[in-house]
Amino acid sequence: MLEHLLTKIRSFGIPRIIIILFLLSLWISAAFLSIPFPALLSDTFVRLGMNTVLTLSMLPSILVGTSLFFGLPLGIICGLLGGVMSIELNLKGLTAFFAAIGFSIPLAILVGYGYGLLLNRVKGSEMTVGTYVGFAFVSLMSFGWVTLPFKNPEMAWAIGKGIRVTVSLEGRFSNVLNKLWAFELYGVKIPTGALVFLGVMCLFMGLFLRTRTGLAMQECGMNPKFAKASGINVDRMRILGTIISTILGAIGILTYAQGFGFLQLYEAPMYMGFIAAAAILIGGASLKTAKISHVIIGTFLFQGILVVALPVANTVATLGSLAEISRIIVSNGIILYALAQKGGNE
Amino acid sequence: MERNGRSVLEMKNISKEYYGNKVLKGINLSVREGEIHGIVGENGAGKSTLMNILFGMSVIHSTGGFEGSIEFLGNPVTISSPFDAMALGIGMVHQEFMLIPGYSVTENIKLNREITRDTFLSKILGPGLRTLDWESMGQDAKRALSKLEMDIDEWARIAGLPVGHMQFVEIARELDKQNIKLLVFDEPTAVLTESEADRLLSTLRKLAETGISILFITHRLHEIMEVCDRITVLRDGVQVATKSKSETTIEELARLMVGHSIESVGKGKVNLAERKTILKVRDLRVLMPGETVQKVDLDIKEGEIFGIGGLAGQGKIGIANGIMGLYDSDGSVEFDGKPLPLNDPREVLKRGLAFLSEDRRGVGLLLDMSVEMNIVAPAIEIHRKFLKDVGVFSLLDRAQIRAFAQEMIQKLDIRCLGPDQPVKRLSGGNQQKVCIAKALALEPKLLFVSEPTRGIDIGAKKRVLDTLVELNQHNGMSIVLTSSELAELRSICDRIAIISEGRVMGILDPDADDAQFGLLMAGDYAVRQ
Repeated sequence: MLEHLLTKIRSFGIPRIIIILFLLSLWISAAFLSIPFPALLSDTFVRLGMNTVLTLSMLPSILVGTSLFFGLPLGIICGLLGGVMSIELNLKGLTAFFAAIGFSIPLAILVGYGYGLLLNRVKGSEMTVGTYVGFAFVSLMSFGWVTLPFKNPEMAWAIGKGIRVTVSLEGRFSNVLNKLWAFELYGVKIPTGALVFLGVMCLFMGLFLRTRTGLAMQECGMNPKFAKASGINVDRMRILGTIISTILGAIGILTYAQGFGFLQLYEAPMYMGFIAAAAILIGGASLKTAKISHVIIGTFLFQGILVVALPVANTVATLGSLAEISRIIVSNGIILYALAQKGGNE
Repeated sequence: MERNGRSVLEMKNISKEYYGNKVLKGINLSVREGEIHGIVGENGAGKSTLMNILFGMSVIHSTGGFEGSIEFLGNPVTISSPFDAMALGIGMVHQEFMLIPGYSVTENIKLNREITRDTFLSKILGPGLRTLDWESMGQDAKRALSKLEMDIDEWARIAGLPVGHMQFVEIARELDKQNIKLLVFDEPTAVLTESEADRLLSTLRKLAETGISILFITHRLHEIMEVCDRITVLRDGVQVATKSKSETTIEELARLMVGHSIESVGKGKVNLAERKTILKVRDLRVLMPGETVQKVDLDIKEGEIFGIGGLAGQGKIGIANGIMGLYDSDGSVEFDGKPLPLNDPREVLKRGLAFLSEDRRGVGLLLDMSVEMNIVAPAIEIHRKFLKDVGVFSLLDRAQIRAFAQEMIQKLDIRCLGPDQPVKRLSGGNQQKVCIAKALALEPKLLFVSEPTRGIDIGAKKRVLDTLVELNQHNGMSIVLTSSELAELRSICDRIAIISEGRVMGILDPDADDAQFGLLMAGDYAVRQ
């Protein structure tokens, strides 16, 4: 009986259990500190809606065998460019949001293709190379943002050329998904539109994985030699996986931005990849296998902890910037922990 | 040059079991002073195990040790580690070079036996701080090399040396050990050119004249006949014979080495002359590491079972891998009257060829995936089978996949908990059947099968071979069977090609004389039929 229980626990993943216990302990201390629980849960749902698509972008990359998608900043920048274009064209509301996605997808395909070609040349060290390519591209685009000829006064610097560091989406597509069909349940605000959107994205991904191409992609990740012997062009599949990840990164940052209310340019995308990677790892994925359930569970746990850690830290440590410091320690600590447990549940 | 010196090594009644599988049965080996003693045998005959026992390798002791006794220079000895063997004066020249490429010849020869000088610091802080005496080390190296009459610069780096020279550096390292009494050469000529090999053989003779005994392991029979005083033949772990050179011939050795009893599966003879050629291979070269194919011409007839045999590393494995496009190859291949593109696995599969890889777990299977997905995956990719249209998506048809998998499980008797069990949990034999089912889903006209019975138990072996015969007889599938086990080839094939050094040495009937098979395997051009 005990043994049975132990294997059950092991197959669920000990790291996941530890994270869940951590989240529960934070919730309990929040209750003791009389921090309103419905508000916490509302925030968690909002953040789930904002972050899940970014986490989902890890999935194709892992399945096709290029490991965690640390090139996520590339996709993010494509998404930001789409967002900026949609503002430049003076679009508003859901139209602006979907137009932004529409603009960013061709860019993401191009960038993803190039990045895929690069990854095929560095097989075995995709994660390291990806991290630095992401960093380099972010820095390169910092030049881009100052030189791009966007004219809309909402975005441009008051003096000189270029776009501001943060662009407000107020009156554009801020909260368009969160407010869509939103309702309140026992004081918990449910951002229905955002949740439906992420549901649709996950559904599409699930269907894709059940197609012939989706299967071929997974074969490449599981055993490239098998894939080759089955007549699959492994390198091409890896490029395809990278492109899909890049597109999801672009869509992901736009869903993130609609919930956040701002487009953050310049250096902001730098570390987004780590957050998404940590989330999927906590969800139970390994560097070689992942499921859609891992994406959702992982994002919920990771964002749930961040949401509750901040007010708890604020109440416990009122001194100066101690709250901010402890928030950084918690979030980076979880990333570190997730990467250290990257074995996932075998 | 019969030598009747005292005995250096006596291995008496040596037996060894690996997990209940007897790999050596009562071997008696004696080596006299200054004698060159040859050991011949096919792959898996027990040569390596015997040497592992002699060197006290941990693989022997961690699997329950061995039976029998060893005497060295007349005294019973226990050799429980390679260090014991070294202390006794037994040296080994390895098949794969154990040299450090970035070091000089001298450094490699003196590695771990460096000559050192005391310094001021070493007297206080211990021997770790002694300095190297380069001069005398160089002299030692030069002396060892000159015993081999090799004119190699003792300060040259290993990395730049020709392969033949590396072999001699390896020998020099053993010779430099002061007390060396017995030297084991494990297939030393395998990587050498003909002239280098000749030189090595004459070196062996000179070494023997200085009183060093030599155990010479090889599968090249003519080399054995050239230098050895006595020869021991191993087959399936049994000592078939020990003969002195004067009382045997190459033909006899070849026969002794191969000599399997043939179990026929009861397959009738077919008249191949009337059949049309389904696969025509010309000038095939394949760059498969360790199994390079140099130049192969073959004609496979429709509906036959064609066997490809030969020793490990000679290139027999490379042929199927090359034609299937898994390793870089060139040459011309014609299938069913039309040219077949090389280096294009997809096109080859589409044209109706399929392949059961020798690397079942590495290439043949998706270990974490279910039995059913393993069976259907290539057919989905190549022939777009098992799909159904749902809206804009064309999705996997679970019901159809399940039905086909059930059918295969029943037909091939795959023992599993169900179609959704991951294949990594199945036994080797059942994994092989999953591979066969996978190939059948592709409905091939010609099936390449490489080492189908490697690592599976005897009962399953028989069933796998029976299945191949049935596919051939009832479905008319042409089969090219590559195997290291000659007995297996002879039991089901219509013709057998023997590959040596990347070339076809000859094509024989399955019931041809043992000696002929042995000679072709040993790659002796001179006596080629």
